[in-house]
Amino acid sequence: MNAYLIRNVSVLGAAPTDVLIRDGVVAETGPGLSAPDAGVVDADGLVALPGLVDLHTHLREPGREDAETVETGSRAAALGGYTAVCAMANTSPVADTAGVVEQVWRLGREAGLVDVQPIGAVTVGLAGERLAELGAMADSAARVRIFSDDGHCVADPRLMRRALEYVKAFDGIIAQHAEEPRLTEGAQMHEGEVSTRLGLTGWPAVAEEAIIARDVLLAEHVGSRLHVCHVSTAGSVEVLRQAKARGVRVTAEVTPHHLLLTDVRAETYDPVFKVNPPLRTATDIAALRAALVDGVIDIIATDHAPHAVEDKECEWAYARPGMLGLETALSIALDVLGPEWDLIAERMSRAPARIAGLTEHGHDPAPGAPANLTLVDPAARRVIEPAELASRSRNTPYARMTLPGRIVATFLRGEATVLDGKAIK
Amino acid sequence: MIRHLLSGADLDADTATQILDTAAEMAAVSGREVKKLPALRGRTVVNLFYEDSTRTRISFEAAAKRLSADVINFSAKGSSVTKGESLKDTALTLQAMGADAVVVRHPASGAPHRLADWVDGSVVNAGDGTHEHPTQALLDAYTMRSRLGRLAGLSVAVVGDVLHSRVARSNVLLLATLGAKVTLVGPPTLIPVDIAPGTDVCYDLDAVLPSSDVVMMLRVQRERMNDSYFPSAREYARRYGLDGPRMRRLPEHAIVMHPGPMNRGMEITPEVADSSRSTIVEQVTNGVSVRMAVLYLLLGGNNR
Repeated sequence: MNAYLIRNVSVLGAAPTDVLIRDGVVAETGPGLSAPDAGVVDADGLVALPGLVDLHTHLREPGREDAETVETGSRAAALGGYTAVCAMANTSPVADTAGVVEQVWRLGREAGLVDVQPIGAVTVGLAGERLAELGAMADSAARVRIFSDDGHCVADPRLMRRALEYVKAFDGIIAQHAEEPRLTEGAQMHEGEVSTRLGLTGWPAVAEEAIIARDVLLAEHVGSRLHVCHVSTAGSVEVLRQAKARGVRVTAEVTPHHLLLTDVRAETYDPVFKVNPPLRTATDIAALRAALVDGVIDIIATDHAPHAVEDKECEWAYARPGMLGLETALSIALDVLGPEWDLIAERMSRAPARIAGLTEHGHDPAPGAPANLTLVDPAARRVIEPAELASRSRNTPYARMTLPGRIVATFLRGEATVLDGKAIK
Repeated sequence: MIRHLLSGADLDADTATQILDTAAEMAAVSGREVKKLPALRGRTVVNLFYEDSTRTRISFEAAAKRLSADVINFSAKGSSVTKGESLKDTALTLQAMGADAVVVRHPASGAPHRLADWVDGSVVNAGDGTHEHPTQALLDAYTMRSRLGRLAGLSVAVVGDVLHSRVARSNVLLLATLGAKVTLVGPPTLIPVDIAPGTDVCYDLDAVLPSSDVVMMLRVQRERMNDSYFPSAREYARRYGLDGPRMRRLPEHAIVMHPGPMNRGMEITPEVADSSRSTIVEQVTNGVSVRMAVLYLLLGGNNR
């Protein structure tokens, strides 16, 4: 079908109208449209948002196809309202060459459910020792612009400086996993009263804050773009606030789970709550939420991190860190921000598209815009059942929680990827 | 009675007191010529040990055997998700064999909690990582009560590597429940940065000794010395070791405890360890009685 007429939809919370999409773009908006050849979507009570863009997704392919594939992760993304995801580089083999990023990009095209934009590794094998061929990845068919060793910090300050400088040649950006490794050896959870009680080695907030402080100074010194992954502490927010006030070109993301869940969850020792950076405190959550509203934090990114059952159904210390996020992110945003549709569109679509340089994404549904959009039922409430998720893994921290909002339909360049809440393919 | 014993926090004052009182009865049995009771005949107790700990294992083994339980020792040292069978598969195996109680020692904090989700029998935490060792706290409380006649109002100094000590965590919880006042003493690097409100901390051992009824010395692992927690063993011993002169600063009635194994010359000198104030050997004896009481009560001496 190359045309859809979406009837009575509220575009970003405005009064209901019709939206006609045809040949991959929004053709017309306004009440009472007619298009006999178009498929009709009854969108009474639904809100249209620009298709969501995730700057931080782990698709696990190549290497851990038992946990997720580009295809299953793409389906989870579409069901979560996403039209583009940026795939992190910590696959096996690592996405540190043109060959691997092109493979991931091609798998994304073949799945055809969201645009999969590969992220390239900063250093060879994520080892933090020497730069990967960043230029080759930038020039490849995957046109990589974001580089990250996510999962590992680019801890060597000289290497970080060089990376920041080098990618200026092709308007690249370094996305830093901020974690001073010497302060987090053996770390299992947020260092605080709960870690003391549970006897789990602490991951101090300062290990994140110290790296962000260093990196904003480096980015300022060399005039480069820095993106900070999964900001998790109140102290990090203050460092970012000051850097932005000085005009440093830094952007930052927060994950849905860091906006909602605290370190107290570790009390069960169920590693479904183990994540890196770890769940923090209520004070941190309050600061992160405020920063998301006032713009010190630019975007929500999922850090969707699927893991096989055996990597989570074990002792806490032996479990892999990470949580699913794609299929629940919008619900968490609604829960945390309320029906602030323009803010949600900015933090989950427009701003991430701008940071990633995805020019086809992040446009509000208006005539002429690429038809990448999603329809949300804000009145729906749903109970999260791990077995019902489209991801190949089950490690959601929201199991059996009731969350607001449901994605009813998603369109990628005018083609439905989700209709009636179900994936098309 | 509770079903599992995973943490000192599982015990309220009544339950803890019931265990200590039962342990006293068990101790009377242990003094008889025939040390065996038929209480757990036909029941199976598995000792599941992922770490070497001969003293704790044989203490539990002796306790279970004196209650006539069948004892299976399952040494799973070195096992982890990457090496061999997973904890969950081991749990399902024990479940299939009909274990009524699983006594578990594990290097990972929280492993007994996980195990308790997967087996129907009772789980007893015999030490998990840097988390807890609740039967050690019970035997320590038992020892204090038998030496000093009470627990409420006692001042207890817990001295040394509190950060990594499961013995300290369980003792802090249990002693607070039973009305004793705990002061944590050690170099600031070995005291957690955030501790529950209401727990006293002091970095000066000499300042604490004159007002202490009990001094509990913790073992300092040798590997801490290479990790900048303190400059050297000598400096540690000078500042936080308990030697003869320091011991003489204690009130006359005060006792000195150590969960063992000791580093003689490091946290405690032989003069102190072998003195009449030392309860170190009694603690071992009391351990069997307390573990008998725990197994007896958990396995339904009086509730199933």
